[in-house]
Amino acid sequence: MTTRYTEDHEYIKLDGDIGTVGITHFAQDKLGDLVYVEQPKVGRALKHGDDAAIIESVKAAAEAKAPVDGEVIEVNQAIVDDPSLVNSDPENAGWFFKIKIANKTQFDALLDEAAYKKFID
Amino acid sequence: MSAQLPDPLSKTPLFDLHVRLGARMVPFAGYEMPVQYPLGVMKEHLHTRAHAGLFDVSHMGQVELHGSEAAAALETLVPVDVIGLPAGKQRYALFTNEQGGILDDLMIFNTGTYLHLVVNAACKVQDFALLQTKIGSRCEVKVRDDLALLALQGPGAEAALKTIASGEIPQTFMQGGRVKLAGIDCLVTRSGYTGEDGFEISVPNAQCEALANALLGAPDVQPIGLGARDSLRLEAGLCLYGHDLDQTTTPVEAALTWAMQKVRRTGGARAGGFPGADVILAQLDDPSKVKRKRVGLKPEGRAPIREGVELHNESGEKIGVVTSGGFAPSLNAPIIMGYVDSAFSSVNTKIYAILRGNRALVTVVAMPFVQHGYRRQ
Repeated sequence: MTTRYTEDHEYIKLDGDIGTVGITHFAQDKLGDLVYVEQPKVGRALKHGDDAAIIESVKAAAEAKAPVDGEVIEVNQAIVDDPSLVNSDPENAGWFFKIKIANKTQFDALLDEAAYKKFID
Repeated sequence: MSAQLPDPLSKTPLFDLHVRLGARMVPFAGYEMPVQYPLGVMKEHLHTRAHAGLFDVSHMGQVELHGSEAAAALETLVPVDVIGLPAGKQRYALFTNEQGGILDDLMIFNTGTYLHLVVNAACKVQDFALLQTKIGSRCEVKVRDDLALLALQGPGAEAALKTIASGEIPQTFMQGGRVKLAGIDCLVTRSGYTGEDGFEISVPNAQCEALANALLGAPDVQPIGLGARDSLRLEAGLCLYGHDLDQTTTPVEAALTWAMQKVRRTGGARAGGFPGADVILAQLDDPSKVKRKRVGLKPEGRAPIREGVELHNESGEKIGVVTSGGFAPSLNAPIIMGYVDSAFSSVNTKIYAILRGNRALVTVVAMPFVQHGYRRQ
C-alpha cells in the first residue's frame, strides 16, 4: 500500500485500484475541533480537485477534495456520527471515503511522504 | 490624548506567556492574540462552563472620566442612566450615532471618584477620540493604556480568585471595587462576557504576567483563547460588535432595550439627549417603526450556519441574515444569532437559512441559548 498527499492536505492510500482518502494530521490540527462532516454519496463520480466532503470545525468551514478522478465506493459513517475521530486519528480511523481510481498516473503525480513533509515544513 | 492607531500587530503584556503556554497566535483587532491553547477550542469552552477560564482581554480599551460632570457628560453619548449608577456598580452601555446606530458597546464602572470605561479593541481609537471631542471640555478623559485586562470566568472563578485575594471581593454581578490580588492592587468587577459568574480584573501592564501566573496556579484554572470566548458569548446570547451590532443597527433592533433605563426614555426625567434619540425613542414608543430584530435561531440539522448566510421565508424571499453562527459545545448543536424582518421575529417562527445553495430549516428561539450563571445575590 502506497500513500500520496495533495497540497490541499488530503492523503490517499492506494490498495490495488481502491484509494482511501482523508485529511492529514497537519490539516486536522489547523482546522481545530471538527463538529460536522458531510460525505459524498456512494456512486458519485469525482474529478480530481472536486469538493468531495464538507468539513466544519468550531472555527471554520472547509472541504476535502478528491485527490484523483474516481468513483466513491464507500464512506466512513463513523466520522459523520463522531467528527472528533478525524482529530484524534486522521490517518486511520478518521478516513473519509474510498474511491475506485480511474487513472493511476494521477496518483503517481501526487506528493510522496517526504515531499509532503517538506511542503508543510 | 495618547490615542493613535496601534501599529499592525501590537502585543499585550501576556504575549510571551501565551507563547510559552503553546497558544496559537492570530491577528485580532490589531493585536497578536491567542485563538486557542493546546487544549483546543471545544475543551477550553467546556472547561470554562464547568470550572474556570482565564482570558487575556488586554487588547480592549480602558479609559477614565474624571470630574464632577463626568456622568452627566457621558449621558450625552449613551442612552443609559449614568448619573444614577451607584458607586461600586457597573453597567452595560452603547455609544450611538445621530442615526440611532451603535458606534460601540462598552462597560461603565463607577469607582466612586471617577468612571472606568472598557471599550472594544477594534473601536477604541475612535471611542477615545469621541470622548475627547464631545465631552473633553466637561471632564478629564484619561486613556489608560498602562493597564491590562484579564477575565476570570466560570463557576469556579470565585474560589480561584479567593486563593490569591486579600480582603473582600465583589459579591454580586456588576459590583466592583479595588482588591489586592497576589499583592497587586487591582480594579475588580464581577462581570464578563461568557454568561458565567466571573470577574474582570484591571491590572497595571507591568504586573499583569505575575497576576496571570498566580491565577493559573489556582486549581482548575485554564488559559482560554479567543475561539472559546466567541462560542461562550454566542451561547450566552451576547452581541459581538462589528458582527451583531454596527453603525446601522439601533439598540431597539438589536434587542438591547434592557440597556436603556426608564429615566432616558420618553417620559423619563432625563429623556433623550443622546445621539439618535429621535430615532431610538420613536422605535421604543412605536414598535411598528422597528423593521427588523435580532433573534436567536436553532438549525434543524447539525451543520453549523455561519455569519453572512441569508435567511429566507417560505416563498424564498430574503428576510434576514446571520450575524453570528457556529457550533455550541455546551449544547452539542449549532446555534445562530441574526437579524430578521420583525414579522418573523416571534419565538417558534420557522424560516430557512440558505446553506451552500440548499434550504435548511431554522427556528426562532429565545436567548440565551445556555442559561446565565451570574451571581445575582
